[in-house]
Amino acid sequence: MSVALPLVVIALSVVLLMKLRWRRQLLAPVFVIAILVAVWQLAVTFVMSETNPTPGQTFSALASIFTSDQLWKHSAASLFRVTWGFVLATALAVPLGLFVGWNTRGFEALNPIIQAMRPISPIAWIPFAILWFGIGDRAGIFLILYASFFPITVGTMAAVRNISRVHQRSAENFGLTGLELFRRVVLPAALPQIITSLRIALGVAWLVIVAAEMVGMDSGLGYLINDARNMGRRYDLVAATMILIGLIGVVLDFLVRKLEGFDEVKWGYVNR
Amino acid sequence: MSSNVKVRFEGVSKTFDKRGERMQVLDNVDLDVQEGEFICLLGPSGCGKSTLLNIVGGFETPDTGSVTIDGELVRGTSSRRVFVFQEYGIFPWASVWDNVCLGLRELPKAEQARIAQETIDLVGLNGFERAYPMELSGGMKQRVEVARALAVAPDVIYMDEPFGALDSLTRLTMRSELIRIWKASRPTILFVTHDVDESIQLADRVVVLSARPGRIADIVEIDLDHPRDQASTRYGEIKRRLFNALGVVS
Repeated sequence: MSVALPLVVIALSVVLLMKLRWRRQLLAPVFVIAILVAVWQLAVTFVMSETNPTPGQTFSALASIFTSDQLWKHSAASLFRVTWGFVLATALAVPLGLFVGWNTRGFEALNPIIQAMRPISPIAWIPFAILWFGIGDRAGIFLILYASFFPITVGTMAAVRNISRVHQRSAENFGLTGLELFRRVVLPAALPQIITSLRIALGVAWLVIVAAEMVGMDSGLGYLINDARNMGRRYDLVAATMILIGLIGVVLDFLVRKLEGFDEVKWGYVNR
Repeated sequence: MSSNVKVRFEGVSKTFDKRGERMQVLDNVDLDVQEGEFICLLGPSGCGKSTLLNIVGGFETPDTGSVTIDGELVRGTSSRRVFVFQEYGIFPWASVWDNVCLGLRELPKAEQARIAQETIDLVGLNGFERAYPMELSGGMKQRVEVARALAVAPDVIYMDEPFGALDSLTRLTMRSELIRIWKASRPTILFVTHDVDESIQLADRVVVLSARPGRIADIVEIDLDHPRDQASTRYGEIKRRLFNALGVVS
């Protein structure tokens, strides 16, 4: 049974995948997932030790998280930190990126430092984050702020430096200066690329928060993973939490992508 | 005549440094442009005609010589003298309406709306006010840019191969539209092109620039009424003279 079913699932999915015409975009991923789950089942049966959770155990663990208050408590903790860190980073990094991108002197002065700090993993900051803010939300928010800050700053900077010469000249020709120049040209011209950098930053933030919570926090999805392993080696719970993290990540990305649909920025995502 | 001079180029020269190599693009250009005149600057690629336009437009400064408009030295750009670019200088993040209103932003809203609507109608974009540039064809985008320029009632319009990116049929339509619009408000137009027919169809006078360094090789008056008949003998004579000035045997 535990061998026959996965094999049937794989065979059937492969056949259907190859024959698929109708609703291909929707159904093809479903079959691919079915194949992966079946391979997972086979791998646990034949290759790996019994400590590894089967898909069935993982899904029932997922169901148990969904019905307990654990899900809401820990997801909310992670999302709270990511939201605040990300919002603060956006509020600081977009203006900074606009300024540094536009002002040649500012660029010369700040770009080397930005480029030097950028490769330092936010994870490396965890000891200092805990030293300064203690175990808890504030350390998490700081780390997310740090993690999101550089992708947004660098993306915004590059966007401003990429503003086409013909648009700069148009602005000059029509006498736009100072704040009006920023509001009417610099910001809107950079916005599509800024949104792309927000997407990247949020992805990074979601990666970092899990790691940070595993090392230095007492709640959140990362903590839940660590806790499940330490308390009775519940690898089914670990895997279930990982799936949950993936799903929330997809939703977050979907939400940021919504920004790309506005008329003011659509032009930035087609071949110009 | 000299009292009507709008733009005067005197001994304009310009040299660029390109990868350590000095390259003279303009050599001692003298030219008087009359008020309300339609001038085409015709020349081969790289002859410095765009540089000449950038200098009079205030984006660049000449090494020697000077450019005056209404007797005043050009020291920078002015919103009374507007550029129309080949690569679409209109803002893709703003609607047609907001693009056309760019030069009107200091006026009261009602005044803005009146002028914007008038200009949009004039260039034939009625009904596209709320559209964004990416939804428009190349020709329509160029109409938006012309409307944005016309809205400020400019005394000079600089056009740098504005129809260069359009297909040949659209280009023909745009030329006759431009003549219609020019006749309506009579701004002075300096129009850069490398297309001989385009220059004959549009200009009062065609200024032929030689290959680099750009010098004035010839100035040809186009004494034909609009619309200009390409099959006429006179058209053929002018065309031959322009080709000669360009050094192309025809």
